Amino acid sequence: MGKTEIYVVGGGSAGMAAAIEAARAGAKVTVIDENERPGGQLFKQIHKFFGSGVHRAGTRGVQIGRALLKEAEEAGVKTRLNTVVYGIYPGKRLGLICEDHTEELASPIIILATGASENALAFTGWTLPGVMGAGATQTLININRVLPGRRALMVGAGNVGLIVTYQLLQAGADVAAIVEGLPYIGGYGVHASKVRRAGVPILTSHTVLRAEGNESVERAVIALMDEKWQPVAGTEEVLEVDTICLAVGLSPLAELAWMAGCRFSYLPALGGWVPVHDENMESSLQGIYVAGDLAGIEEASTAMEEGRLAGLSAAEALGYLSLEVAEARKIEVRERLAALRIGSFGDGRAIAKRELLRARCKK
Amino acid sequence: MKQVAKKEGVRTTGIPSKEELEASPGYPNHEALERGPIVVIECVQDIPCNPCEMACPKRAITVGNPITQLPVFYAEKCDGCGICIPICPGQAIFRVDITYAEDKATVSFPYEFLPMPKKGDMVQGVNRAGEAVCEAEVLRIQRPKKFNHTAVITVTVPKNLAMEVRSIKRLKP
Repeated sequence: MGKTEIYVVGGGSAGMAAAIEAARAGAKVTVIDENERPGGQLFKQIHKFFGSGVHRAGTRGVQIGRALLKEAEEAGVKTRLNTVVYGIYPGKRLGLICEDHTEELASPIIILATGASENALAFTGWTLPGVMGAGATQTLININRVLPGRRALMVGAGNVGLIVTYQLLQAGADVAAIVEGLPYIGGYGVHASKVRRAGVPILTSHTVLRAEGNESVERAVIALMDEKWQPVAGTEEVLEVDTICLAVGLSPLAELAWMAGCRFSYLPALGGWVPVHDENMESSLQGIYVAGDLAGIEEASTAMEEGRLAGLSAAEALGYLSLEVAEARKIEVRERLAALRIGSFGDGRAIAKRELLRARCKK
Repeated sequence: MKQVAKKEGVRTTGIPSKEELEASPGYPNHEALERGPIVVIECVQDIPCNPCEMACPKRAITVGNPITQLPVFYAEKCDGCGICIPICPGQAIFRVDITYAEDKATVSFPYEFLPMPKKGDMVQGVNRAGEAVCEAEVLRIQRPKKFNHTAVITVTVPKNLAMEVRSIKRLKP
């Protein structure tokens, strides 16, 4: 094995897909991940995925995760686990902390696939134990198989809030209600219908006012909000819950891209500040690619396709794929990506992604 | 819990309204239901998804391109096999047989909670809002490997509730 030509930072859906494509083309690829196993959030996605049936739709996320790891191994992708990339420096050098020492590595191409972090929501009592991110809840129940509590309040009716509510029920907990600040449910109707059938109310235009309890959460106080997002006096309700899960959006984990000097655009539809990129997922810096939630908050299927684009483009840049072969493959991937970004749930993201491409072309 | 007055519909309540269901090309009409067991597709939003199309051995469901189109259900081709029920990632497909008996119909639905009921159990049938609306007898539980951990449960319900009951109350361990 020769020297690594592509370091992929982050071994989730996007990073693994990128590594697989590049390695299959012949590039020497190493994935660096801070966790003890790669797969990112896929292993806690125990539900069946939407999408095109010819591309694993109907398969559970955890099964897609296992398949990706197998494909990566077969393609000869190397992984460095329990390793944190703390910085990125001129000359595409990465600073690493692995267990008891630090290291510095460099490669001609770097693919950043660092994912996202959960947004928080501050309210009275939000620091009490028992208030946690919905993603953290999902890790607890589906990876560690620990129930965070017996009865939860979910804040946010986007897909994450709806899915984690359903999975809390599957894990044996009760969910007292889902409150959603918007006057409508942001996630897919079918996810909402599942939790409604299971007896969980969804209260739109509602928020959590405060969490109460001595040592940890014992109650949540919720209320209706008016059009100006102000609580309506007299509508407060007390829910006996020991857990409050926050599913109020995600933000791209963009620190390394900032540090590298990538140009950014602010696009709320994609989660805030996002590094601009071209149709090959290359950032404003040559040889630094971005993919997945870092390049705009979407979901696992789009993250994998973006990863494939980045991997193919990186392999092409290194000379492992001819222009014709690479283009043909990339056109297929772009068509699948476009198909995942249509309809009332995809249009906003499609428009924002086009803005990112335009921003990349400027200068 | 206080439910504030709000408009109907899946986007505000999480429950597809009668109008939304009847306008959907996956929702069979009453004449089709009277012919025997068939599936009922309650998919009313343009999400990118099409596994149901390939699931059907009778080609009774088409989504086409783009895959955000709603599934179109050709009731006359459906023999009620129900293989599409566990395949639908949205758990939006059910099977209804209003010809089951004089006063009883069967409803089949996807189910992913433990403990599982057993055949012959009396359970509570719930509507789309999760409200218990009737006693239901568990007629059959299908969980073959190809269903990928989604069981399909069939219960008998009073005939007038065939288009209301869509699941059962979760059982406590």
